[in-house]
Amino acid sequence: MKNIDIKSNMQTSKFNWLQYASPKIFYPLAGKLIPWCLAGAAILIAYGLYLGLFVAPTDFQQGEGYRIIFVHVPAAWFSMFLYLLMALYAGLGIVLNARLSYMMATAIAPTGAMFTLVALVTGSLWGKPMWGAWWVWDARLTSELILLFLYIGYFSLQAAIDDKSRADKASAVLALVGAINVPIIYFSVKWWNTLHQGASVSLMNAPAMAAVMLKGMLVMAIGFWLYSIAVILIRVRCEILERDSKAAMFRQD
Amino acid sequence: MKARHKRFGLIAAGLILLVIATVLITKSFRSNLVFFFTPTQVEKGEAPKTGSFRIGGLVENGSLKRLPDGLHVQFRVTDTAKTMQVVYKGILPDLFKEGKGVVAEGKLGTNGVFEADQVLAKHDENYMPPEAAAALKAAQENKAKGKVI
Repeated sequence: MKNIDIKSNMQTSKFNWLQYASPKIFYPLAGKLIPWCLAGAAILIAYGLYLGLFVAPTDFQQGEGYRIIFVHVPAAWFSMFLYLLMALYAGLGIVLNARLSYMMATAIAPTGAMFTLVALVTGSLWGKPMWGAWWVWDARLTSELILLFLYIGYFSLQAAIDDKSRADKASAVLALVGAINVPIIYFSVKWWNTLHQGASVSLMNAPAMAAVMLKGMLVMAIGFWLYSIAVILIRVRCEILERDSKAAMFRQD
Repeated sequence: MKARHKRFGLIAAGLILLVIATVLITKSFRSNLVFFFTPTQVEKGEAPKTGSFRIGGLVENGSLKRLPDGLHVQFRVTDTAKTMQVVYKGILPDLFKEGKGVVAEGKLGTNGVFEADQVLAKHDENYMPPEAAAALKAAQENKAKGKVI
């Protein structure tokens, strides 16, 4: 990679935000952010687990078993949030024809799929002792499973088309169409009667949980956020190298 | 109008149409996508007449009994308007309690008793330490007493 003189770029009268859409400027910046995000994620997840497993009190209903919430709920939040982010980048990619946006969407998908799987598996482990079933086909669980299939569909479609720019566009359309599933997951417990309980934490209502429990969950969520940023940036850097090396290969011909 | 404005317009229009379509579909599915029927709905005949379905509600206080054979349990499910008698053979989940939520899957017998194959506990979204729950309960009881006086 050639070193880009960022200084000369910054000296222009107006600060140009769009410069970060250029993979060449973005690549070193991402490299600087990754270690900080990883360290922050490790610290916050450790602190969040400590709060959740040792500091938070037992629950009046579920006893100690509820503690899986500290992984389950943040994972479920990020399974949905990352999908929306992926769809946003996919949409930006189509509108602005920006390569880096497509690469971001590509990089987000595996992490989103991982959090979806974590939410489903921890939910299943939690469901057996509390509800009495590993799995039920209620609206919340089913729509979350569909989210996993959407993620898998997204990166399978991308892998199935050889021409990168066509693969980007086709999978971006899938990501955008699938985004409709996210509000369905979120509101499923309100719209239909489900076995899954309603939201304990929402923007509209006061949280229905003790303050320490809430703190543990939020710390875990911020930890997951930093982790997501770190691995997504690592993946985008790989994607930039991979695509640029291919481009460079063709230039040599 | 630049090409990217056009693309943005196309995507925005597409998403709006998609939202409208989804709202219509989910609205029409609303009655079919229920996980369980309440005793009132069963009474009204909204639940399937044949085959198995699920009923949900609260386990009525004081209704839980173990039958003399030692295997079957019997309880009533209520939605505070109507109640239904349920019999079940098997292990009840940990959170199964009188006054708490329950979802039972099974068939409605000819005698009007619901024969459950599976009983699931439905809990609410509140999490708090036991002391807080006790304090809350005490406060509610005091309030109720205050009303009587």
